[in-house]
Amino acid sequence: MRAVDALMECLKAEGVEVVFGYPGGANLPTYDAFVDAGIHHVLVRNEAGGGHAAEGYAKVTGKVGVAFGTSGPGATNLVTPIVDAMMDSVPVVFFTGQVRTELLGTDGFQEADTIGITMPAVKHSFMITDPRELPRIIHEAFHIAGTGRPGPVVIDLPQDLSKVDIPYEPVTDVHLPGYQPRTTGNAKQIRQAARALAAARRPVIYAGGGVVAAGASDELRRLVRGGRFPVTTTLMGLGTYPAPDDLWLGMLGMHGTRAANYAMDEADLICAIGARFDDRITGKLSEFAPRAKFIHIDVDPAEISKNIPAHIPIVGDAKQILARLDAEYTAQDADASRLDAWWQRIHTWQERHPLRWEPAADGQIKPQQVIEAIHRITGGDAILSSDVGQHQMWAAQFYDFPEPRRWVNSGGLGTMGFGLPAAIGAQLGDRDRTTVVITGDGSIQMNIQELATIRQENLPVKVVVLNNGYLGMVRQWQELFWQERYSHVDMNTYGGEEASPDFVKLADAYGIRGVRLTEAATFEDDLRAAFEAEGPAFIDVRVVRDEKVYPMIPAGEAARDMVG
Amino acid sequence: MVDTNELLSLDELEAAGHLRTGRKHVLSILVENKPGVLTRVSGLFTRRGFNIDTLSVGPTDDERISRITLTLDGAQNPIDQVTKQLHKLVNVLKIKDLEPAETVARELALFKVAVDAQTRSEVRELAEVFRGKVVDVGRRSIIVEVTGDRSKIEAFERLVRPYGLVEMIRTGEVAISRGREET
Ligand SMILES: Cc1ncc(C[n+]2csc(CCOP(=O)(O)OP(=O)(O)O)c2C)c(N)n1
Ligand SMILES: [Mg+2]
Repeated sequence: MRAVDALMECLKAEGVEVVFGYPGGANLPTYDAFVDAGIHHVLVRNEAGGGHAAEGYAKVTGKVGVAFGTSGPGATNLVTPIVDAMMDSVPVVFFTGQVRTELLGTDGFQEADTIGITMPAVKHSFMITDPRELPRIIHEAFHIAGTGRPGPVVIDLPQDLSKVDIPYEPVTDVHLPGYQPRTTGNAKQIRQAARALAAARRPVIYAGGGVVAAGASDELRRLVRGGRFPVTTTLMGLGTYPAPDDLWLGMLGMHGTRAANYAMDEADLICAIGARFDDRITGKLSEFAPRAKFIHIDVDPAEISKNIPAHIPIVGDAKQILARLDAEYTAQDADASRLDAWWQRIHTWQERHPLRWEPAADGQIKPQQVIEAIHRITGGDAILSSDVGQHQMWAAQFYDFPEPRRWVNSGGLGTMGFGLPAAIGAQLGDRDRTTVVITGDGSIQMNIQELATIRQENLPVKVVVLNNGYLGMVRQWQELFWQERYSHVDMNTYGGEEASPDFVKLADAYGIRGVRLTEAATFEDDLRAAFEAEGPAFIDVRVVRDEKVYPMIPAGEAARDMVG
Repeated sequence: MVDTNELLSLDELEAAGHLRTGRKHVLSILVENKPGVLTRVSGLFTRRGFNIDTLSVGPTDDERISRITLTLDGAQNPIDQVTKQLHKLVNVLKIKDLEPAETVARELALFKVAVDAQTRSEVRELAEVFRGKVVDVGRRSIIVEVTGDRSKIEAFERLVRPYGLVEMIRTGEVAISRGREET
């Protein structure tokens, strides 16, 4: 059969249900194979949308997402999702078309050096040089993308090779001598970690996206509850520990709670699991958690001691390690009352500094209040797919996630334009769950064309724009750290007149029902109605324009210096 | 006005360097013999702004496997993170950060030296002292091949430079560990 038909067989063998892509000259053979393949292909409106949709699908399902693009501009449009998937460890296989082999390196029409351009940003990539290798390479790509620390894999397929008739036999094994991710953690280290936890008087459990990836949420909960440990997560780890809860400190980091950040600051032992001490967490590195010793559990050895030297490193799969750590800790029979004073201190912070917002005096809507309303309307059970900016932080702060894989956002790269397409993948990954896009008036305009995809696929995605007429997060930094020298953050003023695009009309043009909400007193009923109506909805919520995200650790400062 | 405290001084920028090991490192890297491997390896250094001193790639006794020998200055470039990242490359099979004392390292260099009838024999004598080989003799120049570790080659270079060093080419070091164990 043709190599591209074998490709389809491989996808089916990998259990792929849905792929996202966009055709062009170089991948015409692949798209011909789609005609008879019986695979659900979602036609996006920009390859970037397809890449992010594949990420959204992967984040919600835990399976490997798949995206297709043609050569040249198709491939370069995929660069942002590829880097995004690398930063957030999202398993996605990207298939790019390539010009015919005889044109390689000649600046042929729509030729781009896709492998070269993406090389620093992939977990691995393959250039097909022998079409007979394609089936094995596809399975290797899925294996690499989905195991160990997940990540993006690119397969670049020259047009001529994709049409070659090859013998196809199902592939049953992969041969990757240089790729053997460690899974089981060192037993001695795990015991040592249990002892350290049992001896600690001011411990904090700090969980990240790795706990989501490892499916280790249950194990995390058992360890935390068994030890009565204070627990916080990163932006990427939300939902691994259910919120709200007595042991839950809230998210940590730049816009985390004071309780979480102060607890890190005063901790004597920090147990990091699948988290990487990113600068948005640590702030000023030299003043980060100055009294703490560190247990660091991660499947990627390169993360251990990258930013913070670990006293007890444990490399391996978090699910296995946490289960064994819990057992070892229980065996220590530690006295839980040793943590009483620590909890008292934490409760004082929690009482004194809860996350809060003040209603607007003039009846306008506060953005935080919209997130709380969405939580009520969806019973806290929705998937939230967020863009990047203030709205993202408010969603993270005010929507309590009960489970992992419900919070879909671009954390590491911070890609505006991620939220809407990612929601397409998320909704297709979990068809029965309400899927909400939380976006800003800036971010939505970066990939708004995907409304057409939502319409075409008839997905009941609810798009909520927290419309402040600003690139709000940048504006906040200019206000607080650049002496209110506002530079190109106003999205709302055209020639002195207030004139944001009419999102309601725009949604209407895409065949999606739009509403605009402006009154704090009444908006929740209209929002509920829009959520309850069948099909997609686009909700333009006009919010107080200059609201800021608080609290905040100014970039490069220490947790103690939180403001707001 | 913009707060001038925001400005970072050049001193601060320099002081920010950390985790330097302060010695020369010879990394011996076994890789699968596949297209793009060298770019993947060298890219990890480029990304961190590291300067590779020498790099040599060649086959091993197994045709599916190549060896990259790479030297760099640990005083200039923090090495730990980059070796960990190297391990993660799918095509990298094994990495060894060779201890200088337990390593035999050799490099080959070709020196084209300007000579006349008089100085030709002087350069020949120097070559002999260094157990070098004269591989080409012309009317106005001579080519000498020298093998050895870096310091020997650099010593020879210093000696012939006054005669007029027309050109010099060095292969970069290859290295193998002493003793019975595989590198
Ligand atoms: C592609 C991209 N360009 C620029 C930025 C920098 N950036 C971060 S947040 C932000 C503003 C986002 O504005 P909006 O979507 O309206 O959200 P808001 O902060 O107002 O809630 C910008 C420009 C980014 N994260 N991504
Ligand atoms: Mg905005």
